[in-house]
Amino acid sequence: MKTLADLKKIREKAQEDMKLRGGNVRIKIVVGMGTSGIAMGAREVMKTFLEEIAARNLSDVLVTQTGEKGLSSMEPVVDLIEEGKPKVTYGNMNPDKVKKVVVEHIVNGRVVSDYAVATGD
Amino acid sequence: MYKEICAKYAPNKDNLIYILHDIQDTHPQHYVSSEAVHEISEYLTLPENHIYGVLTFYSMYSTTPRGKNIIRLCESPPCYIKGSYNILRKLKTLLGVGVGETTKDGNFTLELCACLGVCGNAPVMMINDDVYGDLSEEKVEDIIDKIRGRN
Amino acid sequence: MSLKHIDLLICCGSGCISAGALKIKERFHEVLKKHHATNEVNIIETGCMGPCDFGPVMVIYPEGIFYKHVTPDDVEEIVSEHFIKGRPVTRLMLQEEEKTFAVKQDVPFYQKQIKVALENCGYINPESLDEYIATGGYEALGTVLTQKTPQDVVDEMKASGLRGRGGGGFPTYIKWQMVHDNKADQKYIICNADEGDPGAFMDRSLLEGDPHRILEGMMIGAYAMGASEGFFYIRAEYPLAIKRIKMAIAQAKDMGLMGENIFDSGFSFDAEVRTGAGAFVCGEETALIHSIEGERGNPTPKPPYPALQGLWGKPTVVNNVETFGNIPTIFRKGAKWFSSMGTEKSPGTKVFALTGDIKNTGLVEVPMGTTLRELIFDVGGGMIGDHKFKAVQLGGPSGGCLTVEHLDTGVDYESLKERGSMMGSGGVIVMNEEKCMVNVAKFFMDFCVEESCGKCSPCRIGLKQMLAILDRITSGYGREGDIEELQRLGESISKLSLCGLGQTAPNPVLSTIRYFRDEYEAHIRDRSCSTKVCKDLMHFQIDKDKCIGCSLCARNCPAHCITGSREEKYLIHQVECIKCGNCFDVCPVKAIDKVPGIHPDTVAHRAELSKAVNHYEDL
Repeated sequence: MKTLADLKKIREKAQEDMKLRGGNVRIKIVVGMGTSGIAMGAREVMKTFLEEIAARNLSDVLVTQTGEKGLSSMEPVVDLIEEGKPKVTYGNMNPDKVKKVVVEHIVNGRVVSDYAVATGD
Repeated sequence: MYKEICAKYAPNKDNLIYILHDIQDTHPQHYVSSEAVHEISEYLTLPENHIYGVLTFYSMYSTTPRGKNIIRLCESPPCYIKGSYNILRKLKTLLGVGVGETTKDGNFTLELCACLGVCGNAPVMMINDDVYGDLSEEKVEDIIDKIRGRN
Repeated sequence: MSLKHIDLLICCGSGCISAGALKIKERFHEVLKKHHATNEVNIIETGCMGPCDFGPVMVIYPEGIFYKHVTPDDVEEIVSEHFIKGRPVTRLMLQEEEKTFAVKQDVPFYQKQIKVALENCGYINPESLDEYIATGGYEALGTVLTQKTPQDVVDEMKASGLRGRGGGGFPTYIKWQMVHDNKADQKYIICNADEGDPGAFMDRSLLEGDPHRILEGMMIGAYAMGASEGFFYIRAEYPLAIKRIKMAIAQAKDMGLMGENIFDSGFSFDAEVRTGAGAFVCGEETALIHSIEGERGNPTPKPPYPALQGLWGKPTVVNNVETFGNIPTIFRKGAKWFSSMGTEKSPGTKVFALTGDIKNTGLVEVPMGTTLRELIFDVGGGMIGDHKFKAVQLGGPSGGCLTVEHLDTGVDYESLKERGSMMGSGGVIVMNEEKCMVNVAKFFMDFCVEESCGKCSPCRIGLKQMLAILDRITSGYGREGDIEELQRLGESISKLSLCGLGQTAPNPVLSTIRYFRDEYEAHIRDRSCSTKVCKDLMHFQIDKDKCIGCSLCARNCPAHCITGSREEKYLIHQVECIKCGNCFDVCPVKAIDKVPGIHPDTVAHRAELSKAVNHYEDL
């Protein structure tokens, strides 16, 4: 390491590894992981999100989880929260749908209205 | 043995404190003997009285044999306020020795020390390098039993 | 490919370790393995998070959930409920007055705090250089080395107004300027980590929790004054701090942040760790220097100041750990930003260690000028139980105590000094109404007598005399004039002692006399300790109305001085009583009272004895 630019490179990489602790997050994905969500495959859904995001190197997207959301009939349920935009809730998710949401919504900024079950709070 | 320990350090006076630490930690009875002082004196070409001066100045060194496990109970005000005197009483009964003494089986030496800097969890004691906090009489009994069992 | 979606930060400061944090960490590894979730969670050991009283504590990101008093048995539930199902475990959260505080930022303990030196403590993994860099680490060093001259650095320090956090509050830039101006072939910079003040543990926590910050602060200082070598003098009681700083030095060297020609600036620097061996006086800078040189840690008179003639006779700056801890942030955010916090004469923030009879013991950082009331009652959560606040001892054995009337005093160097106390290193020992101030003062004096190096006579002999007087006051033999004698001795010792230890050692006694003179007088004139702490100035008494005659007290009395029967109830023979308190502890109906003052029987007995002695002397 010899310059401030070298340091900056290391910093950016390290920040990426620490993003769970806050920092530069554009979109937060909240997976409902209540008993019924897990029974309907919420863990698979979350795993797929994590894999897709890592594969695309999307450093500003954060995946987190929450408990039962009270939409049992539509489990697994996922919220996409983007700053300054209404929250989008997707229902009946599965790994294939996740891949599409990642491409369409997260990368290209187009809500996948076919899967969306609610918008706003 | 002492020669080998000395040889790990450059023969400079400022290494004296390290050599003393090393010799004391390596000795099964955790102390610096007069033979050790003699060896250090030759190695560092320092008079023995200088070495004794340093040795007796710092409270962590001992010139007399001690036990396998050194218990150092903090006697500072924050621990005192939280009842370290009860812990001391308990340790004395448990071990059957007073402060500065070693148990007959050579397993423990009971010492008091200045602040250990873990005041948020007072009362505190240190056994060898491990710190034990939020002590109660029951907890102390438990800790001592565990160490006894280990040996 | 990373599937990690949880950062589990376990506080592994010495406090939480002493409460069992490492066992919990092991348990997490086991349980995660069992649930096949090892690849979903980052387990990170951090430095001290602050609220030691809640230990072991942990924070779970991304939500920032704060758990306290976690035991190995709770781990299964945390993993299966929180990690797997996303349902945080409410019963482990902080609950106060029927409110639950789930997220760390909401916990009242953290509310009034502004963290500068402690910024990363409890947030990053102290053993990871990358994590330190992620928080902006070494940016200040890089900028300073590539864009500023040494004099610029000293000027920036001057503008920030930073004052030494070790105790004296001496402006840091003055020391730096002196060594900067001193042309010498070799200069040294020393980090004073011989933290010995009872009740202070911020230096340990900083070294353990954010070692790179201290190293960076030291290097900026070294560049400013032209020192190429640095020493960390750490007390041997802090093995973890020693390990962490050694590791930080090795990592920085590996990365090229330390060593030859750092940031291509031509500046080279190397540092090593030196340890003490248990001597409080080595916190004094000249004593510390002698200790590094392999001598007894005796202080020497100043001048010459270390800035002119220090380690091995070379110009040397000795700065405290917390002082260094502030420096990287000052250079990253600017002197203006720093001096906008705190008070005019004491800018910035200060780390305090809260201990004693206070609810939230631990490490906190607040702007200078924060009142004692905010510090003790808002951040510290107030007193334990229904007890009342009586006094607070600031600055350890060198400081003085303050009372209820000072609660609205803003804490800064000057205002504390005016009131007979001092900042010291920031130890705050809170005491409730059950504490005897004479006894507390004696306790501090005992500490200083023990730690006096013995070199100069005012400290060696004078303190011993003060202790002897305190001893007789607390054992019922105090005399008229003792208070004045203590004051006279105290003032001369303060003036005549060679180093800070002796100069400040009388403070606890002088300040308790100033604010609790009535307690001293009661001890001397009435032979009574109203708090019943001084064993010789109180006695035990059995309340006949409450006594059920069970004989438990008599059977547990080592002095065999309790007699009686079921019918007549029991009685303590005061003259023989050794006041061990066994009877008080074992009485099943709490019929035994502690009563202030010496019992009349004992007084009569003593009079009898002294008559006998006088009789012999007359013969």
